[in-house]
Amino acid sequence: MSEEIKPKRRDFLFTATYTIGAVGLGLAIWPLVDQMNPDSSVKALSTTEVDISSVELGKTITVLWRGKPIFIRRRTKKEIDEAAGVDLKDLKDPQKDSDRAKNPEWLVMVGVCTHLGCVPLGNKGEYNGWFCPCHGSHYDTSGRVRKGPAPNNLEIPKYEFLDNNTIKIG
Amino acid sequence: MSDGKYIPKSKLAQWFDSRLPLLTLSHHLREYPTPKNLNYWWTFGGILTFFLIAQIVTGIILAMHYVAHVDHAFESVEHIMRDVNYGWLIRYAHANGASMFFLAVYIHIFRGLFYGSYKSPREMIWITGLIIYLLMMATAFMGYVLPWGQMSFWGATVITNLFSAIPLFGENVTEWLWGGFSVDNPTLIRFYSLHYLFPFLIFGLVVLHIWALHVPGNNNPVGIDVKKNSEETMPFHPYMVMKDFLSLFAFLIIFLWFVFFAPNFLGHPDNYIEANPLVTPSHIVPEWYLLPFYAILRAIPSKLGGVIFMFASIFILIALPWLDTSKVRSSVFRPIYRKFFWVLVVTVILLGYLGAKPPEGIYLILARIATAYYFIHFLVLLPLLGRYEKTDPLPMSISDPVLNQPSLIDKFKKSAAQYEGDNVDSFK
Repeated sequence: MSEEIKPKRRDFLFTATYTIGAVGLGLAIWPLVDQMNPDSSVKALSTTEVDISSVELGKTITVLWRGKPIFIRRRTKKEIDEAAGVDLKDLKDPQKDSDRAKNPEWLVMVGVCTHLGCVPLGNKGEYNGWFCPCHGSHYDTSGRVRKGPAPNNLEIPKYEFLDNNTIKIG
Repeated sequence: MSDGKYIPKSKLAQWFDSRLPLLTLSHHLREYPTPKNLNYWWTFGGILTFFLIAQIVTGIILAMHYVAHVDHAFESVEHIMRDVNYGWLIRYAHANGASMFFLAVYIHIFRGLFYGSYKSPREMIWITGLIIYLLMMATAFMGYVLPWGQMSFWGATVITNLFSAIPLFGENVTEWLWGGFSVDNPTLIRFYSLHYLFPFLIFGLVVLHIWALHVPGNNNPVGIDVKKNSEETMPFHPYMVMKDFLSLFAFLIIFLWFVFFAPNFLGHPDNYIEANPLVTPSHIVPEWYLLPFYAILRAIPSKLGGVIFMFASIFILIALPWLDTSKVRSSVFRPIYRKFFWVLVVTVILLGYLGAKPPEGIYLILARIATAYYFIHFLVLLPLLGRYEKTDPLPMSISDPVLNQPSLIDKFKKSAAQYEGDNVDSFK
């Protein structure tokens, strides 16, 4: 009786074979899955330089970066004050305006609604910022979500001012 | 199966059939016993088979002229419409064929719901059917992306972004789906590849669906078991084949009316504008057959919650054979379930209507009520009805509901009396 319960040499060999087989199968499948991830040519296009000298006060330009629109808005004094004056407790995704705009006059963000990826419309919505026509999310003058189904504020991409007139995104 | 062993007549056929039993299969399909009381709601399986094949044939032809590249996709579709011989016809048939396919599948599904066709012993027919339905939705969605119009692009953006709601990995999953940082050329090409593949997976599952059907045999409007190969059944060919054809031709009239007289009625004009990643159309709507789920998605005021409820609304159907505990299959004998069935039909149509409306004001409130009702129907009402509903008595045989109507028997006796005199009792 007790001999039957004891694992045999053959059981060990089976288990070892299955294990090696499973690992091998996993390794073989990985390239088939990973080929769908962004490829080198897509990743190579990861920075864009933008000349902002012609943007007037209160205007927004939209540029394409990694296939996504980037809003670059030169904000008015009123908009900056509005954005800075918001109580963080009123925000769904609390973030200070000063953490979102390196230079308060320039707001640079990814123009993609954090709900399901539509492009919000500028100077619209209940908070004078952006409004997403797809499912009705409202963003304020700092691009922070104030109302609607979007879970997060509009994303701030990595960017830096190369000089007074040029921004490098990415 | 229950029919006896088939032996082909000729020696050659016997030689062939004993090595590859295609003749036996064909014999089985012809002689397959079907309940004699099947009504026209049972003809939609045949209609669906026709549309699957029609979609594959028109699709393969379109693939000969279409170019899956962001710079050429939109142009190549216009090329099909304007230059390719009969290209307009083939594309309109393919686009409207998808809508007809869904119309037929919804009727097919609701027929199953009404007559309890998902209940034991037919659970696997129901589940393979639902997998087919899921694959159909994925296929239709990816096909809608291929023309690379505004609705294609933004539909693809919104639907793929659903996966970004997944906690922790969401971002990685969407980038993996896109092959980039947004919907772009890699996305288009892989959707094309999968759009070509999936119909063949559906075809394979249809074989399993029919196989699973042929084990217990058809349910029927009365919902009680029939005795196979008795006077209660008829061979599939020619009786059901002819009935299916009549129904198919009637359905084709609707289909061809759309193709020839209103080919763009079910589409959206914005899809004749080439995709532009910088501008979202002011009003994004999916194709009509996805609208009820879209309404559920938007009814929940949270991104992750909306996505979960939307997927749950489909996956809940897989559990249906176990949620509905009533032993009686057909609604004909379930007076209370029958009423709730129609409320469910109205709810789903209402959700479809609301999915096409902006998510605000009264539309949003109604969508929330309808969503709540949808889940209550399956999770609360069905288990309760299974326990407390008083069902009507079931007949002993599928013939009884017809033969036990005194008025019908009188009528029959009267006309029989004309020929047989008073000796009519010999008929019964």
